[in-house]
Order: sequence, then structure tokens, then C-alpha cells
Amino acid sequence: MSDLVRILNVFCLLSLLAVGGGSAVLPEMERETVADHKWVTGEQFATIYSLGQMAPGPNMSMVALIGWQAAGTAGLLVALVAFYLPSSFLTYGASYVWDHFRGNPWRTAVQAGMAPVTIGLMLAGVHAVGKTAWINPEHSLRFNTTATLIGLAVTGILFAKRINPALLMLIGGAVGWFLLRGN
Amino acid sequence: MNSAPSPREIFLAFARIGVTSFGGGLVAYLRDVLVTDKKWMDEEEFLGALEIGQTLPGLNSVNVAIIAGRKLAGPAGAIAAATGLILPGVILLLILGVLYQRFRHNPDVAAALAGVAAAAVGLLLQVTLKIGAKQFLNPRDLAFIVLTFVLVVFFRASLPAVLFLVAPFAIILCRPRKTTPSP
Repeated sequence: MSDLVRILNVFCLLSLLAVGGGSAVLPEMERETVADHKWVTGEQFATIYSLGQMAPGPNMSMVALIGWQAAGTAGLLVALVAFYLPSSFLTYGASYVWDHFRGNPWRTAVQAGMAPVTIGLMLAGVHAVGKTAWINPEHSLRFNTTATLIGLAVTGILFAKRINPALLMLIGGAVGWFLLRGN
Repeated sequence: MNSAPSPREIFLAFARIGVTSFGGGLVAYLRDVLVTDKKWMDEEEFLGALEIGQTLPGLNSVNVAIIAGRKLAGPAGAIAAATGLILPGVILLLILGVLYQRFRHNPDVAAALAGVAAAAVGLLLQVTLKIGAKQFLNPRDLAFIVLTFVLVVFFRASLPAVLFLVAPFAIILCRPRKTTPSP
């Protein structure tokens, strides 16, 4: 029971703090769910994150799997509702009064000022998942080097070519199966 | 817009995106369905909805779904749109989660998942670098990117701390100038 309340608290807060899209809350989500509440291990978090990126739909539906790991079906439902409902309520209400703020010069200031903070948070998100997926102290140097090279190859390919990221992640899985076994 | 669509039609239209949008990029899918295909919104309305969705907390795609659904059929439309967008991915994630839970200790599966996770980090890095291209090249923005990253990663600053302490400074520095004529 108390776990459900904690899931509700954590994901409601993340919902209302998810500025600039979902990826900016990754570092906070990783800390809350792995280090603070220990609902998932670092490795599970990285895997759940990558499954969420592969699945269709909004990329933060991964919260469902974290809730599920923490407290079963009830945890899944609470995490989903807590993560999507508060921000949706806010948007629903704000869309009525939005035109009032149209052309307000402060809106541009908020957007311009928030942009680098969001980028910094996303970079911290790369670190939050990368410290397990790329540079995991529990893995061998060879494993980590291979994993990092797979990831950097994906970064490079996406800059060079328009290609569906889900396909690249499947290829990453195939390469991982081939090169990372028994390491 | 001729006749207002029913919540059921709205649900089905958004569920189509929810099923097919492997690999992300949901805003482009939303635009295709809402503006081009169904003609439920014109280009300007869509951009207006996107602007609200990007400024407010929450995922851009879900926020746009809430605004579009509300405009088409009120609260029922907003609920239909958001659940249509989210539900298919969650069902697939749940299936993947059950499989993961069952097979994660199998060395072949573990190696493949490590490859997928490594690729997902590469994807997030690419998205961050792409979205932030302008900010990385601007010294003041770069300072805020580095400050945010260092605070979160090395000083374990919480997301609320960053948003309430760093973001206001960034916004103040971008504040509207009286001398700038408004367009």
C-alpha cells in the first residue's frame, strides 16, 4: 500500500517537472527509482528505458514497467496515471487561457532560458543510462568498449542518415548478441 | 471541419499512431493524421497546440493529443486521444516486460538486451546533440548546459533544485528588453 503512495508521489512530481519533453526527467527518475526507492536495479532501468524507446507511442511509457516491477499490476496503473494525468490536466486547463499569453515577450524568454537547462538535463540523462549501458563497472573493459562503440555508432549513423531508430536498436541488439555474449 | 468526430473515432485515429509509431517522432505522426489525413486541425491550429504542448510540462505528443481531443469532443475527446496514443505502446511494453522478466538471466537474451540498451543511449545522445546544436555553440547557453550537467551528475542536485534555482537565472538573462521592438 505505502509503495503505491510512493509511486504516486514520485511520478506525479516527475509529470509536473517534465519540461521540454520527457527525456529531461530521466536523471531524476533514475535516481528516485534506482538509488532512493530501489524499485529497479540500474541494469533493469537501462533495459526498461531502451524497451520504452523501441515501443511505439510516447517514449516515457516506460514508467509503466517501473511501476510494474515495484508493485505489480496496481503499481503499473498508478505509475501510468501519475505520470500522464497531472501534466495532461494542466495542459487541458491552460489551452483555454493560452491565447491570453500569446505574444507575451516573457514566453520567449522562458523558452530561450529553459532550452540550455533542458539540454543539460538530457545530457545528464545520457549519463544516467550510460553509466549502466556503456561504462558499467561490473562489466569487463571489453564489454564496455564494445557497448560504447555500438552506441556511438548509432549516434553517428543517425546524424548521417534518416533511419528509424527502432530498427537501429534492433540491429544493436543483434550486434550485442553476437559480440557481448560471455563477456 | 464538417461534423465533429465521436470520441470513438478520435480514439481509433490516435490508436493508429499509438500502434505504428515505432522509434519515436510522434509529433510528425500527429501532424500527418490531424492536419493532412483527417483535416481535424489546420496547420496554424496544430502549431499553436504544439507550442502549448512544448511549453507546459509533460510529453509534447501527449499534450498535443489532449489539446486536439479537447477541441474535437471536449473532455471525452481529450481522454480518447491520450489513451489511444498511450495504450498500444503500454500493452506491447507489458508483453516485452513479461518476456524480459522471464528470460533476463539467459545469456543470449542478456547480451542482446545490453546491445539494445547501448544503442538506446546512442540515440538519446544524438537527439540531445541535435536539439541542442544551437545552444552548444552559444557560450552563455553552453555554460548553463555544463552547470546543469555538473550539478545533476556530480553534486546529485535534484530536478526541483535545478528547475527552481538554475532555470530562473537562465530565464532572467533572456528577459525581454524594452529596446527590442515587438514584431
